[in-house]
Amino acid sequence: MALFAVMLLTPLAATALLSLHGFGMYKGIEDVYRLDNYRDILRDSYFYGIFARTFRLALLVTALAVVIGAPEAHILNRMRQPWRSVFLLAALSPLLISVVSRTLGWALLFGSTGLVNRGLVALGLIATPLQFMYSETGMVIALTHVLVPFMVISVWASLQRLDPEVEHAAVSLGASGFATLRKIVLPQVMPGVLSGAIIVFALAASAFATPAIIGGRRLKVVSTLVYDEFLNTLNWPLGAAIALLLLLANLAIIVGCNRLVERRYAQVFE
Amino acid sequence: MSRNGPLALLFHALFVAFTLAPIVIVCAVAFTPQGYLSLPTHGLSLRWFRAIADNSEFVDSFSTSLWLGAVSATIAIAVSVPSALALARYRFRGREALAAVLQSPLMIPQVVLGIAFLRFFTEVGLGGTFAGLVLGHVVIVMPFALRLVLTAATGLEREIEHAAVSLGASAWRTFRRVTLPMILPGLASGWVLAFITSFDEVTMTVFIASPRTTTLPVRLFLYIQDNIDPLVAAVSAALIAVTIVAMVLLDRLYGLERLLVGEGRR
Repeated sequence: MALFAVMLLTPLAATALLSLHGFGMYKGIEDVYRLDNYRDILRDSYFYGIFARTFRLALLVTALAVVIGAPEAHILNRMRQPWRSVFLLAALSPLLISVVSRTLGWALLFGSTGLVNRGLVALGLIATPLQFMYSETGMVIALTHVLVPFMVISVWASLQRLDPEVEHAAVSLGASGFATLRKIVLPQVMPGVLSGAIIVFALAASAFATPAIIGGRRLKVVSTLVYDEFLNTLNWPLGAAIALLLLLANLAIIVGCNRLVERRYAQVFE
Repeated sequence: MSRNGPLALLFHALFVAFTLAPIVIVCAVAFTPQGYLSLPTHGLSLRWFRAIADNSEFVDSFSTSLWLGAVSATIAIAVSVPSALALARYRFRGREALAAVLQSPLMIPQVVLGIAFLRFFTEVGLGGTFAGLVLGHVVIVMPFALRLVLTAATGLEREIEHAAVSLGASAWRTFRRVTLPMILPGLASGWVLAFITSFDEVTMTVFIASPRTTTLPVRLFLYIQDNIDPLVAAVSAALIAVTIVAMVLLDRLYGLERLLVGEGRR
């Protein structure tokens, strides 16, 4: 057990030290301790742009996941058996399928077979085919697909805790279906939506395979940047510094939002 | 409870289409008889599945992935059982810390774990080895294995163990004949979930695998970066097939719905 902690913490600590080292094209990794890498990252607009893109994508994916996933969880919850179980599994089981396979599916839909574009043209929604591969739009769609099950799970869990009697009471007091949804159901599932959003955001910000395949080599996000620094440029100290910034940003967001949700909705959790 | 209106059902249909479309298309393209990416409109063919068999890199990676998944799932379960029993039974100092450490790999981006292990394994001489891969994967699959074993251990009735002990069974015999059979379903499903997680892992593995120890998803990922052809669709379809077998197993052992969304109210 102690071994497990060692296996996890030693490499992380070593990475933190590594991020302080210098790097020269001819000298390789220099055994010094400086904050130069962090300074470079924070000053350089190239890195700044990649961090901004990553968090912009993550925000968009989170928003889409809320808009698609939360209503779907509600609809699933109102279905009758056996449809409920069947569709719940259809919505969630892709989680167990390799991310590479699922992203390949989007690459096929966007690119070679072009089914998405053909469909949109056929529906009269667009006149000329859109560029999905190697675009942020494509990355957002594919990432949303990969991560939306987490939102469904989270909202589903909070829907299971609802008391249907309260909903019935609202309806019997003359509330319309929409009013019941807005005033009764929504406030109670908000914590589920928010904790789902935190999970989706954290995973979207650190996603690797999907942005790498859909975005290609040019359209980088933080994790593909780390990959390039480590395996192509071989500037390990810089890569380590970028990775640690990603870890810190992620942890800050997860822990910060969790606190916020727990304080704001303390009564719901009791 | 109110029923879903036509709009809700339309939304639902679109959602299901969105969820399944990429998976269906991969499987469809895998059966194309053409030499290029296309939907199999004129009959089905297994030529691309046969092409996998001729590609020794993919075959080797497939067996690496199977072994890696099996070994790391087994180790993760072996570590999970004592930890889960301790966490479920005793309040001890450091209990929270133990649970936190075991769950923490979920919070750390896999890219970060990947580079951390890359550096660490290179330093200790495990760089690019199968042993290094196993260690890394054990860390990643541990939270999943622990969760299911812990659920089983928490629901355990201690009276039965006490009865065994009072009837004169030794501690080891009690564990083997009484405790183990009772937590076996949780243990088996934890193993399968850990196996799938390891089998599908790509982000961390891409950093620590060497060309000789590359796993199937990583091989697939690297291949896709260069070109996309029906071969990768066929490999993906095979991956999906393995996952579906594992899902059926999980459903039998534990209940897929229970695994994905926890215990329902109804």
